[in-house]
Amino acid sequence: MAKTSLYDTTFCKTQQRLALRNCGVIDPENIDEYIAMDGYRALGKVLTEMTPDQVIDTILASGLRGRGGAGFPTGMKWKFASGNRGNVQKYVCCNADEGDPGAFMDRSVLEGDPHAVVEAMAIAGYAIGADQGYIYVRAEYPIAVKRLEIAIDQAKKYGLLGKDIFGTGFNFDLSIRLGAGAFVCGEETALMTSIEGKRGEPRPRPPFPAVKGLFEKPTILNNVETYANIPQIILNGAEWFSSIGTEKSKGTKVFALGGKITNTGLVEVPMGTSLRHIIEDIGGGIPNGKKFKAAQTGGPSGGCIPAEHLDTPIDYDNLLAIGSMMGSGGLIVMDEDNCMVDIARFFLDFTVDESCGKCTPCRVGTKRLLEILDKIISGNGEMEDLDKLEELANYIKSASLCGLGQTAPNPVLSTLRYFRDEYIAHIVDKKCPAGVCKKLIRYEIDPEKCIGCGMCAKKCPASTIQKTDYTAPGHKLPSMKIEQANCVKCGACMDTCKFGAISKH
Amino acid sequence: MDMINVKINGKTYSVAKGSTVLEAAKAAKIDIPTLCYLKDINEIGACRLCLVEVAEMRGPALGPWRMVTACVYPCTEGMEIKTSTPKITASRKMNLELLLSNHDKKCLSCVRSTNCELQTLCREYGVEFSRFDGATQEYAIDDHSPIIRDNNKCVLCRRCVATCAKVQGIGVIGANNRGFDTYIGSTFGINLADTSCINCGQCIVACPVGALYERDDTDKVFAAIADPSKHVVICTAPSVRAQIGECFGYEPGTDCEGKMVAALKALGFDGVYDMNLTADLTIVEEATELIGRIQNKGVLPMITSCSPGWIKFCEHYFPEMTENLSTCKSPQQMFGAVVKTYYAQKMGWDPKDIFFVSAIPCTAKKFEVGRPDQSAAGVPDVDVAITTREVGRMIQKAGIDFKNLEDEKFDDPFDIGSSAGAIFGATGGVMEAALRYAAEIILGRKLEKKELDFVEVRGTEGIKTASYKLGDLTVNVAVASSTGKAKELLNMVKEGKLDVQFIEIMACPGGCVNGGGQPIQPAKVRMDKDLRAIRAGVLYNDDANETLRKSQDNLAVQVLYKEFFGEPNSHKAHEVLHTKYIKRGL
Amino acid sequence: MKSLAELAEIREKNRSKVILPDGSKNLRVVVGMATCGIAAGATPVLNTLVEGVKAEGIADKVAVLQTGCVGVCQYEPVVEVYEAGKDRVTYVRMTAEKAERVLKEHLVGGKVVEEYLITTAQKA
Repeated sequence: MAKTSLYDTTFCKTQQRLALRNCGVIDPENIDEYIAMDGYRALGKVLTEMTPDQVIDTILASGLRGRGGAGFPTGMKWKFASGNRGNVQKYVCCNADEGDPGAFMDRSVLEGDPHAVVEAMAIAGYAIGADQGYIYVRAEYPIAVKRLEIAIDQAKKYGLLGKDIFGTGFNFDLSIRLGAGAFVCGEETALMTSIEGKRGEPRPRPPFPAVKGLFEKPTILNNVETYANIPQIILNGAEWFSSIGTEKSKGTKVFALGGKITNTGLVEVPMGTSLRHIIEDIGGGIPNGKKFKAAQTGGPSGGCIPAEHLDTPIDYDNLLAIGSMMGSGGLIVMDEDNCMVDIARFFLDFTVDESCGKCTPCRVGTKRLLEILDKIISGNGEMEDLDKLEELANYIKSASLCGLGQTAPNPVLSTLRYFRDEYIAHIVDKKCPAGVCKKLIRYEIDPEKCIGCGMCAKKCPASTIQKTDYTAPGHKLPSMKIEQANCVKCGACMDTCKFGAISKH
Repeated sequence: MDMINVKINGKTYSVAKGSTVLEAAKAAKIDIPTLCYLKDINEIGACRLCLVEVAEMRGPALGPWRMVTACVYPCTEGMEIKTSTPKITASRKMNLELLLSNHDKKCLSCVRSTNCELQTLCREYGVEFSRFDGATQEYAIDDHSPIIRDNNKCVLCRRCVATCAKVQGIGVIGANNRGFDTYIGSTFGINLADTSCINCGQCIVACPVGALYERDDTDKVFAAIADPSKHVVICTAPSVRAQIGECFGYEPGTDCEGKMVAALKALGFDGVYDMNLTADLTIVEEATELIGRIQNKGVLPMITSCSPGWIKFCEHYFPEMTENLSTCKSPQQMFGAVVKTYYAQKMGWDPKDIFFVSAIPCTAKKFEVGRPDQSAAGVPDVDVAITTREVGRMIQKAGIDFKNLEDEKFDDPFDIGSSAGAIFGATGGVMEAALRYAAEIILGRKLEKKELDFVEVRGTEGIKTASYKLGDLTVNVAVASSTGKAKELLNMVKEGKLDVQFIEIMACPGGCVNGGGQPIQPAKVRMDKDLRAIRAGVLYNDDANETLRKSQDNLAVQVLYKEFFGEPNSHKAHEVLHTKYIKRGL
Repeated sequence: MKSLAELAEIREKNRSKVILPDGSKNLRVVVGMATCGIAAGATPVLNTLVEGVKAEGIADKVAVLQTGCVGVCQYEPVVEVYEAGKDRVTYVRMTAEKAERVLKEHLVGGKVVEEYLITTAQKA
């Protein structure tokens, strides 16, 4: 019999689904289905069999690191916030303000398995001694919000949230807070400031949230995917979890695979899987016979990884070492048609837009960085601009207040590191090798090949193609010509021409 | 105090546990540049100028060197700090370049030139232009209220925002937009004049650059002086003489009354008068009103009304309490009213020909002069109110050599002021002056010298309470300075947690000596000097050395009642010296 | 919930609905109804299946449910059919019309519609 299942495809075969285990399997709006898949057993286990310190020790021993980007050990975070249990108000927060362009790992978990997050947050509450949790989720995720609301309601009805859970005297409640669409609110201190009802802006650390977080109380904040791993670590043990992954990065990581790739989608693989495996095997390689140029990880905070590093096993530390970062898991594949200066500009444009404006390096610095890139892209760059780019980028990295600013220059720095020749081509040759940067490309009609049919002129949105008075030998009509001054570089003429008379330079 | 050891630039220092790197460096006599930092008010690590390199102990060994913000980073045992390395210098220069790249660099005529923290830093670091010039923001100047905002000069340090919200409890300004488009303004970008801003001007004195300043009214004054048809007179508030010296390089806390009077005369004023006199008049009117309210079961607690910032605050935030406000005009308004009624009549002048200028430490008084029911003679009591800073600028512009002037005295007949009137400038001063008057009335006898000091209401504490037994009567009083503290105090009263008959409120923290119109001291100075106490010291010194220490003993005041008003709170006094309030709400 | 026993009871009661036990004659049909699925048109697919199962009178045997995202973006809407003892069947790029056919041929008739399989789509 023919293979019928998704799991028979190369896309799925080598994936290992922990965080996504219930996604696409259970009905996310039915708590019974979650319970059928061992849901809330981990919460039951910690409340009846483990001390809070044992819970923290288990998470520590599992080697779980934050899936939101920076990769801080989750158990350490919990340990720092665990002092003085029962005597002070504490909070457990969940960062569901997923904002990287192209990333949707957290949305998938919230929409497919919301109870996993609810259960994990209750476990975290028990571990640090908190009785209140907040899930900060972006308002652009209405289905995730709705399913979370349903999950919380159901958990409350079953007594899995609220007072005296499992008759153990442990109380835990959860509320949802909606983000208003600011990327910076994914930064932990900005997120807490926003929950407090203020303009979402980061604040300096220390004091760290574990000491002084939400409403100035000890707080832990973990990302959705991090939480989704917790119940299984409790049920299967730290050893099980730490047997997956690399020495310093345990477990799996979910990536949102996109860009110039055959199979786009959500991919969960063990830490240490090589980029090559993800791109060529799981992703099915680059379509249309094009050549791989770079993979972008970490979204606007990350960098571009060139072909020479395709075999690097992906984990937190390796990605940092090659000038990118794990980030929340966006993975965008680029081929020879992508201009790396343009890519750097794209991500930087995003951070310039999303900078909160509080600190000078990020507010003004990123804008100036973008202006230099614009100058290069428009063909006005000078070689000394590259030094300025580097100097400014390194300054912003070292001087910004929060993670957004500190990582904003990464797309620029990593492309400068691996694709400097492309920058130079823009500056010295005034050419965009990939043919992307509009101000550096030119469409031209070969008068010898043009038969003068005029189809290109009809398609031209700028009406900038005119007849000439030259008729090539063997042709009946005079050839056409593009008035370069008014050309918008859309390429419609080239797509239209059936005679191969129009070319891009 | 628990101490820890840190090494700064190679030398070990013992600093208080909990100190920030900035504080530790200050203790070690090392200056770290800051821009957004304002002690106790704005500690947000936003400008990133104060970055220094530190290495902290990681177990037994020193960890890696990192850049941290000195203003908020706490010292830890064994920490090593470098405050000046090529890397740090490069970072600060870059920061300044970026600020300059979006800054209106019209320094030549900037009101804060030579007293601008950005300018000082640029000079120190040799930054004159930015290699990163690019798009700039252009903002319309908001000059619809006495507080003018020019965001083209703003460096987004947010000192004004923190002061407005945290110190004054108002919060009508904040960051709008984000990223490069961020600017400080009111909600939806409306003009400050259309908000519940009280014009206190504390934002101006918090501003490190020229983005905030008061409306300059000096040209109107110069024009009036040049107009031969006008009798141009000026009266000066107690806090002006105590601080005007700061405009000319004197240390804060230098009394320059004589030179100030001489300078104003040199400017060409026809009369230079002492506002202490109407402070005394205020006391007589206000204390009489208080005794009346206590005896006739009027609305209590009665609250002082001499601070126009506070008045507008009350009208916006406590409209239900405007009946508690004393109906007395402020000393400035009383002065103008007296000059344009009594004195005009006496001199046979048309009040329209009198140009009355008031020199005050206050920006809210620019708003007050235009309030309704402040025109006893049918023309505004006060034509123009100018701040201490404007007085300083007028003197400079006129080329008067302030420092070398011989002292001169105020002009007759408004030259007498008690030291009770003088201490009006400090928080608790009005209360103490009123008590000196009320006590004598209630006790029916003169107070002895040692009975004149009501020290419980002195000091820079935000809220002070005291209880005094005057014969059979116990008077409970409270004093608040800064509207933030006023809010706290009034909420206590509303909730019944505090039972008092008389409250003094000053809008500015520390009272008028620290008013929004006073000379601006940089954050650096404000870090180790309590300007409120130092400046108030001038007034209390004056009081300690003065023989005329009670408002009621002021002969000029007595003459006014004899010749014009009859008795305190008379019908005439009400017409000229009292006013009404508006329930503005929010 | 006051005890682990209560939780275990709920688990037992529902386990067989999610993981069909050997010998079960039931089918479990899940439709990917995450944002991606809905955006690609999963709602009419789900409705067609839910109503169709009712109309065919097989609702007691065939459970049709919504689920989250299985992760294959370009193949949404995705419908998966679980049957005890068999490989699960993944139908991709579904429409209401295609769902109608799956209902008739597979859910009622017991024959996999090869044309809509993910494995077929990938070959193409």
